[in-house]
Amino acid sequence: MKVIVPVKRVIDYNVKVRVKADQSGVDLANVKMSMNPFDEISVEEAIRLKEKGKATEVIAVSIGPQQASETIRTALAMGADRGILVKTDGEVEPLAVAKILKAICEAEKPELVITGKQAIDDDSNQTGQMLAALLGWPQATFAHKLEMGDGKADIEREIDGGLQTVEVKLPAVMTTDLRLNEPRYASLPNIMKAKKKPIDEKTPADYGVDVTPRLKTLKVTEPPKRQAGIKVKTAKELVDKLKEVGAI
Amino acid sequence: MASLVIAEHDGKVLKDTTNKTVTAAAQVSTPVHVLVAGSGADAVAEAAAKLAGVEKVIYADDPAYAKMVAEPMEKLILSLADKYDAILAPATTNGKNYMPRVAAKLDVPQISEILKVDSPDTFERPIYAGNAIATVQAPAGKKVITVRTTAFKAADATGSASIEKIGGAGDPGISKFVSEELSKSERPELTSAKIVISGGRGMQSGENFHLLDKIADKLHAAVGASRAAVDAGFVPNDYQVGQTGKVVAPELYIAVGISGAIQHLAGMKDSKIIAAINKDEEAPIFQVADYGLVADLFKAIPEMDEELTKLGY
Repeated sequence: MKVIVPVKRVIDYNVKVRVKADQSGVDLANVKMSMNPFDEISVEEAIRLKEKGKATEVIAVSIGPQQASETIRTALAMGADRGILVKTDGEVEPLAVAKILKAICEAEKPELVITGKQAIDDDSNQTGQMLAALLGWPQATFAHKLEMGDGKADIEREIDGGLQTVEVKLPAVMTTDLRLNEPRYASLPNIMKAKKKPIDEKTPADYGVDVTPRLKTLKVTEPPKRQAGIKVKTAKELVDKLKEVGAI
Repeated sequence: MASLVIAEHDGKVLKDTTNKTVTAAAQVSTPVHVLVAGSGADAVAEAAAKLAGVEKVIYADDPAYAKMVAEPMEKLILSLADKYDAILAPATTNGKNYMPRVAAKLDVPQISEILKVDSPDTFERPIYAGNAIATVQAPAGKKVITVRTTAFKAADATGSASIEKIGGAGDPGISKFVSEELSKSERPELTSAKIVISGGRGMQSGENFHLLDKIADKLHAAVGASRAAVDAGFVPNDYQVGQTGKVVAPELYIAVGISGAIQHLAGMKDSKIIAAINKDEEAPIFQVADYGLVADLFKAIPEMDEELTKLGY
């Protein structure tokens, strides 16, 4: 069974985001970039499937600029077998990403695609679901636990108010939530080995997909700032203040 | 033309997130219709019909919709999509699950978690965990939108819409609901509570959360937690308030032993009033708090409890 794991190169989650003065977007110049944290969880889950003998090959796919090959290398160092880089500069919307992934799935015929539930830059939370719909496959979003069966998978999902288990027929798309696993760090020997693993380079045109954004971003601004209020001295004073303003 | 709101419910009760999505829908395209997809959810359809500004409720009664599994939901919504120029759902785990499927099949971009409708085709939405707000314009054609419901007022229950009952649109048979484990609580839900009291790493243990439970019982508040408290295993994940948990905007948010990491602030900074108790004077939570108390929570919370008792809570 092949598993495909899409990985996105995004601003590192530890970096404080700054909005550009001309409101055209967020400043990405000289900012540390890393693999989207949810995608690391996806890669980890795919590798565990391989270690358990359930998966035969793990393919990491990234759609982005040349530097996204570094993100693929990270996945290869963690244990993925090979990579596909679909090179394009500029922003690619989830629908276009899903269309490219659909074409890759049709060529590679995986049984499972594992995506992060969202990327921490645009916070769209769409790609996995869109891919599943375009392929006519079932999905299990926000996965908390995966159990592979014969031609099917039972997946526990994080939902509002608790957990839900769904059974999906394979092939299927799963999107990962935070508590699915803890991604490993790549060891130095594996980082060295990853340098020899193959990465295919493609373009969106190879898959016949137009990646021109459909949504027009008119501006990007800072969220309204909250002002710090006052300090109170005691719990009694806090209760009194809250009572005074009608909050309790 | 019209907009279609997909109702959020548990089979018995219509969730407040639907009322708020109706408010957003009315700003995008009118009249507003509400789709209740459920199984034996007559009471939900009746509640939806009472929402102000709703012209019609479409009630699809079929076992396939009992748990809003994404694949049959996609088919149902697509079967109705022709008549609408906008389809909206609350950005709950259900809405986030089925809506992108609908958008992909309609070949339109989805606009996720809108905070504001600037005009019928222009919306504001949070990016980078709410550290920036993008204003985006949708292309001509159908709009598929999820709504961050804390940003919209709830439509009130003064309406009287008609209810049209329809059958199911078929189940593709590729997925099925197996089971669920919901946290049982007598308290209000985090996302709809008027008051939320949350604990962080400073709580030191899961047992200590009973200190917050006592205050919550007095104030009819929901109890939440920071990601640090969840990761430390003090409380289950569905307590989590933050970018990767629930986004709340209650009348009053009380943060106890929470330092105020960006990830947590993203989930609660739109609360009307924020009170914070933390022994570290430098904790970032104080930069957003209306009322800050620098104190040991293990002294301050029992004192607060006592004060509330004195005041008759």
